[in-house]
Amino acid sequence: MGRYVIRRLVQMVPVFLGATFLIFVMVYAIGDPVSGLFGDRGPDPATAQALREEFDLDEPLPLQYVLYMGKIFTGDFGTAFNGQPVTQLMEHAFPISFRLMLVALVLEVVLGIALGVITGLRRGRSLDTSVLVATLVVIAVPTFVLGTTVQYVLGVKLGWIDPAVSPDPRLDELLVPGLILSLVSLAYVTRLTRTSVAENTRADYIRTAHAKGLPRRRVTVRHLLRNSLIPVVTYLGADVGNLMAGAIVTERIFNIQGVGYQLFQGILRQNSPTVVGFVVVLVLIFLLANLLVDVLYAVLDPRIRYV
Amino acid sequence: MPDALEKEAVPTAGGPATVAVVEAGPAPGRARSLWSDAWRDLRRKPTFVIPAFVIALLLVMAAFPGWFTSVSPREADLANNFLREPELTHFFSPEWLGYNQQGQSIYARMIYGTRASIVIGISVTALVLVFGSLVGMLAGYFGGWIDGLLSRVIDIFLGIPFLLGAMVVLVSFDTRTEWTVILALAFLGWTTIARVMRGSVISIKQSDYVVAARSLGAGTWRILLRHVLPNAAAPVIVVAMIALGGYITAEAVLSFLGIGLTEPAISWGGDINRAGGQIRTASFLLLYPSLLLGITILSFLMLGDAVRDALDPKLR
Repeated sequence: MGRYVIRRLVQMVPVFLGATFLIFVMVYAIGDPVSGLFGDRGPDPATAQALREEFDLDEPLPLQYVLYMGKIFTGDFGTAFNGQPVTQLMEHAFPISFRLMLVALVLEVVLGIALGVITGLRRGRSLDTSVLVATLVVIAVPTFVLGTTVQYVLGVKLGWIDPAVSPDPRLDELLVPGLILSLVSLAYVTRLTRTSVAENTRADYIRTAHAKGLPRRRVTVRHLLRNSLIPVVTYLGADVGNLMAGAIVTERIFNIQGVGYQLFQGILRQNSPTVVGFVVVLVLIFLLANLLVDVLYAVLDPRIRYV
Repeated sequence: MPDALEKEAVPTAGGPATVAVVEAGPAPGRARSLWSDAWRDLRRKPTFVIPAFVIALLLVMAAFPGWFTSVSPREADLANNFLREPELTHFFSPEWLGYNQQGQSIYARMIYGTRASIVIGISVTALVLVFGSLVGMLAGYFGGWIDGLLSRVIDIFLGIPFLLGAMVVLVSFDTRTEWTVILALAFLGWTTIARVMRGSVISIKQSDYVVAARSLGAGTWRILLRHVLPNAAAPVIVVAMIALGGYITAEAVLSFLGIGLTEPAISWGGDINRAGGQIRTASFLLLYPSLLLGITILSFLMLGDAVRDALDPKLR
């Protein structure tokens, strides 16, 4: 197991470098970071030249990337448009987004799996059909519509929640934004669990478990659920990426000053160090999350052996 | 988003290996291929017929918006602003669903906004299908270092969250037309299809009919195009159909964030974004475009679901 993790970590290095290089090229080659700083009027040529030299923008692109990565590994992510170092923005933004993601992931896993098991065991009944229809609606209505509507109804009309959260939000303030963020994924987790449970209820090992007289609850939790979770866990790994992009929308609606907010500001103001810095960290988290998923397989399915 | 959709559809990927092959040629009247079986199944199912009808209507709306409304979506008359309530009984007239902040007919803007969503959804899917299938097929069929190289490239693209990458690309352009958005989404989205195609090709390249074709001396391209592709296509097409809804969502999300289509393009996402500020005074501004967007995405998802079920021999 330890060797497997190490091998996967080593394999991650080229993927990480490739993905960050791609982002780097997209930001620095397609866009123009210097003109991005000046808005519509355009910079004075001498100033632009000075800036280019200061940020190594006059070097060839691969060299720029090497210089940039070199700086990152010494903890220097550059400065944001307001003069703050990007690391300082990250220090503030990441804890907030982690809380938001945590709320979203917990809701998604707990509610999604619970609903999936219940509907999977009662396939074709009215509860099953209504949950299925609800998941379809949730998937079809974009998050930003749901978010804006929920914010208006709960926050403005009914006054149950604050329409915008405080600058350093507590977990309970993030409950509704987290639910909105997780809704689409929750629907997918429900559907996946349902399909998987419904397929596995007919499996031989379930019949065996029933035949040896195990109580229903034990069969469901220990035998059925454990085997049904494998596709769900796969989905959760890929879903971390969806949550990251979704956080940009949710944080914008509820004015949460987390990673999505900072990233969006960076993107809108074409502030390359902010964008590349945040995305580099997000890509790293995404890759690690997927590694974690692969390790979880072994826990769920002892047939999978890592050598 | 498309990544997410892939996972749900993947369980069908085992299908093609077990499917009876119907080779082209003078087909005897009774021959039933996977596709004709699926079609017989589908045309009786309401979960296929209804979304198919809605999509057909949307396609007509996208192609001939003038058939549905007489006013221009850009014609603005401030006398008709959003303080005027919608006239819900005046069906299909400009004032039916009310006017927006600038006095433009919401109904007309919804009709004309269809084109952006449909064109982007279909074009991205088409590009992704062609390019993703090609890469997936080459990687799966040849294996070895070609597979190693292409798979690493796919891994690299999959390392970038889809919408995040699209935002980074799109913001570099000052004016973004449909084509900018299409290319950006396709650039980041092809990996989903490539992965499914690769898996599908690997599972069938050892089949007897492929081995037979090779031993009869068929060339590589002939084997790929005549034997492998038709049999590997089913799961790929299903994933692509479901992903289409995801691309339409992606366009709307990007326009909502203000980094999708730029003015003067008309897009549901952009209108919904502008309506958000007016939600207290005129919530209908948000309601109607969202409703149409939701129906569109739902139709594509349901169509994909229905086709997947019909193509899955295990469910027969």
